[in-house]
Amino acid sequence: MPLWNDYHLPLSVDEAVGLLARYDGKARVVAGGTDLILDLRQGHAPPVEALIDVTRIIGLNEIREAADFIVIGAGVTHSQIVESQLLQQKATALVEASYVVGGPQVRNVATLGGNVAHALPAADGTTALNALDAEVEVASFSGRRWIPFTSLFLGPGKSAIDSTREILTALRFKATGENEASAFSRIMRPQGVALPIMNFAAKVRVLDQQIEKVALAVAPVAPTPFRCQQTEAFLTGKPANFESIDGAVAVLLSECKPRTSPHRATGAYRQEVLPVLLRRTLGKAIERVKTGEVMPEIYKVE
Amino acid sequence: MPALNFTVNGKPVSVEVKPNEFLAEVLRYKLGLTGTKIGCNEAECGSCTVIVDGQPVVSCIYPALKAQGAQIETIEGVAAQAYSPNPKSKIQNQLHPLQENFIKHGAVQCGFCTPGMIMQAKALLDRKQGEPVTDEEIKIALKDTYCRCTGYVSIANAIKSANGQEISLADYLPVTKHGYHVVGEAKPRPDAVAKVTGAAKYADDVVFPDMLFGATLRAGVPHALIKKIDTSKAQALPGVHAVLTHADVPGRKNHGLVTIDWPVLCACGDKVRYVGDAIAIVAADTQEIAQDALNLIEVDYKLLPVVDTPEFAHQPDAPRVHEKGNLLKHIKVARGDVEQGFAEADVVLERTYHTASTDHAFLEPECAIGRLTDEGRYEIYVGSQIAYQDRDQVAASLGVPKEQVRIVGTLIGGGFGGKEDIMGQIHVALLAKATGRPVKILYTRHESLIAHPKRHATTITVKLGAKKNGRLTAAKAELYGDTGAYASLGEKVLTRATTHANGPYDVANAKSDCFAMYTNNVPAGAFRGFGVTQSCFAVEMTMDELAGRLGIDPIELRKLNSLQVGSTTNTGQVLLESVGLDECLDHVVAAMKADEAQRIAAQRTAAQRTPVPGIAAQHTAEPFIYGQPWKIGHKNYAWGLAVGYKNTGLGGGANDCAGAEIEVYACGAGTAEIRTSSAEIGQGLPGVLAAVVAEELGLPFEQVTVLLSDTDLTPNGGPTTASRQTYVSGNAARHAAMQMREVMSRVAAERLDVSPDSLKFRNGRVEHADDNNGHSRGKSASFAEVVEWMQAEGRSTKLIYEYTAPETRPLGQGGDMHVAFSYAAHAALVEVDTETGEVKVLKVIAAHDIGRAINPLALEGQIEGGIVMGIGNALTEEFPHEQGVPWAQWLARYKMPSIKHMPEIKSFIVEHEISSGPFGAKGVGEISSIPITPAITNAIANAVGVRVRRLPVDQDTLLRAMKNGAKSVD
Ligand SMILES: Cc1cc2nc3c(=O)[nH]c(=O)nc-3n(C[C@H](O)[C@H](O)[C@H](O)COP(=O)(O)OP(=O)(O)OC[C@H]3O[C@@H](n4cnc5c(N)ncnc54)[C@H](O)[C@@H]3O)c2cc1C
Ligand code: FES
Ligand code: FES
Repeated sequence: MPLWNDYHLPLSVDEAVGLLARYDGKARVVAGGTDLILDLRQGHAPPVEALIDVTRIIGLNEIREAADFIVIGAGVTHSQIVESQLLQQKATALVEASYVVGGPQVRNVATLGGNVAHALPAADGTTALNALDAEVEVASFSGRRWIPFTSLFLGPGKSAIDSTREILTALRFKATGENEASAFSRIMRPQGVALPIMNFAAKVRVLDQQIEKVALAVAPVAPTPFRCQQTEAFLTGKPANFESIDGAVAVLLSECKPRTSPHRATGAYRQEVLPVLLRRTLGKAIERVKTGEVMPEIYKVE
Repeated sequence: MPALNFTVNGKPVSVEVKPNEFLAEVLRYKLGLTGTKIGCNEAECGSCTVIVDGQPVVSCIYPALKAQGAQIETIEGVAAQAYSPNPKSKIQNQLHPLQENFIKHGAVQCGFCTPGMIMQAKALLDRKQGEPVTDEEIKIALKDTYCRCTGYVSIANAIKSANGQEISLADYLPVTKHGYHVVGEAKPRPDAVAKVTGAAKYADDVVFPDMLFGATLRAGVPHALIKKIDTSKAQALPGVHAVLTHADVPGRKNHGLVTIDWPVLCACGDKVRYVGDAIAIVAADTQEIAQDALNLIEVDYKLLPVVDTPEFAHQPDAPRVHEKGNLLKHIKVARGDVEQGFAEADVVLERTYHTASTDHAFLEPECAIGRLTDEGRYEIYVGSQIAYQDRDQVAASLGVPKEQVRIVGTLIGGGFGGKEDIMGQIHVALLAKATGRPVKILYTRHESLIAHPKRHATTITVKLGAKKNGRLTAAKAELYGDTGAYASLGEKVLTRATTHANGPYDVANAKSDCFAMYTNNVPAGAFRGFGVTQSCFAVEMTMDELAGRLGIDPIELRKLNSLQVGSTTNTGQVLLESVGLDECLDHVVAAMKADEAQRIAAQRTAAQRTPVPGIAAQHTAEPFIYGQPWKIGHKNYAWGLAVGYKNTGLGGGANDCAGAEIEVYACGAGTAEIRTSSAEIGQGLPGVLAAVVAEELGLPFEQVTVLLSDTDLTPNGGPTTASRQTYVSGNAARHAAMQMREVMSRVAAERLDVSPDSLKFRNGRVEHADDNNGHSRGKSASFAEVVEWMQAEGRSTKLIYEYTAPETRPLGQGGDMHVAFSYAAHAALVEVDTETGEVKVLKVIAAHDIGRAINPLALEGQIEGGIVMGIGNALTEEFPHEQGVPWAQWLARYKMPSIKHMPEIKSFIVEHEISSGPFGAKGVGEISSIPITPAITNAIANAVGVRVRRLPVDQDTLLRAMKNGAKSVD
């Protein structure tokens, strides 16, 4: 049986939404296809009547600054994100996350929108966006709306966006401003699976050597993206140094209970590296605020 | 069908495509641009990389219609479009500098990855616009573009050189002997131009008019009784031309290389023994229809309990995989009296090790095409390692005489032992017979992973006894080998594991027992290293630990016991010549010391050399002490070392022979062609054969062509296995050329009126050189002229030579079990992240005694490729089964080393010639991948104090062991 019968390249959101409506649940949105096409081929996703490719929609492959938001269209690839000077400066965590997705050939077509819509809690772009308090714009036949990032995720691989009827058109988040910085790191397993053993993203505001505000995202510790709220609360108001970070480990370990995933990592291992990731990622973010140097780690081999 | 309008290599193209076709398929099958390869269809390997609007993408998952209006560059466009007027390049002036340099630096072996690799590199260099490119940038760009053959070093060098950052071969090729004209000189591969331009043809690149597509129904369950096979619905599907089952196999129902136990198709009422067992085969108009037909075949199974490990298989009450029982063979090696030896020992150490099943992950999945010729013969196009055995096996199952079958070998996109068994060869012949049309079966990567034999998983217990002075008194090993559902080459592989399980040491009392067991796992067979990879890991890990117990430097301990000329092996073979083990060790130790001295000098000011807490430094400050770690931040560093040896040739009493045919031609300046059925799996055999022939006939290297792997046109070269081809086929080619030279000498001598003995063959001429210095006396003829004279005299311009290797003795009978052994010492510098357990190999120093380097460029390629494959074996590769079901059913779950695993490699060649080898050469194909694994695990033990006795090294268990203060991972 063919995996799909028609392939459409609409040029506007309206056209795309119209096509989805016409196929009435039998078509599906595709962007880079680096998740979807493999899922279709390996039988993890059912065949569809049509694929609606959103990457040629005019305006969707742009990265824009609007007021104090940065808006990333659904057609924007990981390569575009890695190379964006704006994002390198103001969303360093996201740049570092996009940089580790696949190899250059995959990053040249894979989108951040697809990374999010695929709804895997440990996807790298997802973890970075989680720490950046992102929002998502969804377009359907009934119009467009912005929804909070976390409300998208219903369970592993289960998205609130029904890609047979709706389109994720854009993602937005606040740019890191003065006294702020962000960072991302992950640990991979050299055998099998492209998904990280664990990834971690942090955004921090440091004022007068104190952590004024901090956002910490880690995965996988839950079926949906997870924010370390207790650790964030614990760290708020503490001096911005490694002593504070080390002091937060107990709280972090009490709120994050990573599990064993077969062929990927044991829960015990994840517990060992969780504090390491906190230290490395938050440490890196704080360092960036202190030095004003935000060069993302994208010119090194992972 | 919608039209796809786009530009391909600068030319506008309009082509009708199906909406669900992919760019790679359109390029390959609709536009005939078969240079773009499909290695996985999963966006994992990078072989299908093309450039779309300036950006490299993987075309295997790129919907063709997405390329509407786009500019596409493929490998076929690279040469023409970017003509380089580089006056220095002599190879092929119209090639792109990347293509030239890939050839020059030996960055092309099997060539299957080459088009994708060049496209990815081109995108990088196009971006750099002439700016220098760094190693880091190359690693980032090539991160997910895999090569299984080269180890990436030559690729990185080629890319830099192509960017004007010249790297000279002399800078990095190891020093080797000279003294001949062609032999010993670095030469590019004869097939390299075809491989860098995309012109090279692999099996899936071959098409016939009217060709059908075949597909195979796999069991999917590891152990079951087949209750019913109903093919009626599949047969009724429009577009299906044949659906065949067991009953349709007219001849021998099983195949197998040694033991004929593997069903061509499983019979109803009989059993399936592994998930990859073939139940039915289909031929249809398209791949898609063939797949749909498979889904319509109804099979009922009664599931049986699964035999999942060799230890369980050996239990008396274990279910039987085969009626005769689960023991394929009990293999025994014995010398002296081990119990006595252990009684004499001051220290006895026993350790158990586990090694994983691994996949060859050659980048080209299996493909075969079968057709009937007008004369009613079967022609099979396949990239196989053993053409003649394929022929015999196809003939047996088809029930026809051998002469009715012709195997035409296509290029092979990597083998490493994984293309020795029958995969699609018999099936395509059956389908061609049933349909009367050519039929192609191309495996998906998934199918390749679950079907073909793997490396044997083993459990090995090594026991060593030694005197206080370090002399080994006894060595004992017990091995369990998992040969899976069918024998394949299991008996041979595990015999080699067993005979090498006491290490390359002269031990008066040695004993080794191996139980080769059937299980319901995917069969295990030949894989580069042939069992020795596993036993070397066990022995060499134990040697380091034993040295610690004895308080002797591990290098010293090895030297005290190493095999020498005059030593006796554990099988009772007295080594009479060509044992360069100590010299290998000396090179590696000296280089390790030099490297350490440099590091210490560089870091003295920083006083970095703080000992790692918790690990007792055995020795006090000195420039280099093997085993002593150092620490920078949260990372620990240490060197580790191991030695190994590996037989060349089949040995063990096998009649190891190869034929070679030589033909000389008068065209141009005169040429010669050498023919043998041996296979080129990327290792560089054509270059070796051409060099040997060119040397003997005094021809320039470029004037010798090589024809391989065609059972009609080339004499039997025997299997391409056991590192035997340089030695056996090399000898056959050399003798053929020598005989031809004699014939030519006689003809020329008569014409020139001189004595045949006074004639020298050199520079493409036959010269009379009778003064004492060998200077020419004027009388001479061109090579072509001499061939013309032969033709004028009605003499044959071709002849066949049958070479037989010196006789060997079967295991257990003493005497010479093998004609030769190659030796190696490897040292690895590792970095262990003590916070995460991550391990990196930073540097490898390697020395190999391979007899004589015939082509140093190809040799270095084998060494670098072998080392990186060994890094995979140690750190990344694993093909686990759960109750007989393999986990890594997609390439995404099987990680071979990528360019980011490439260490800095320093290589030394030791040339202790073997008198029976061609110009003294022994094999190198396997030894280069053997000691590297224990070198790495010894280094890890030195760095963090944990001995990892289970492969691959798992950072998860390693870190937890470090945190818990455990001394080992078992
Ligand atoms: C070799 C390889 C390595 C990889 N490595 C990593 C890695 O390290 N880390 C990581 O996180 N991921 C990795 N991935 C996964 C993948 O590349 C990313 O998740 C990618 O960002 C998905 O984007 P896409 O555009 O290809 O999505 P697609 O495959 O096109 O779509 C994914 C899903 O989202 C839906 N969808 C896509 N776009 C929209 C939209 N605009 N509106 C509504 N629904 C939409 C689709 O219907 C589908 O369900 C890897 C993939 C490969 C092949
Ligand atoms: S990445 Fe396309 S074939 Fe492997
Ligand atoms: S040459 Fe790269 S895979 Fe063979």
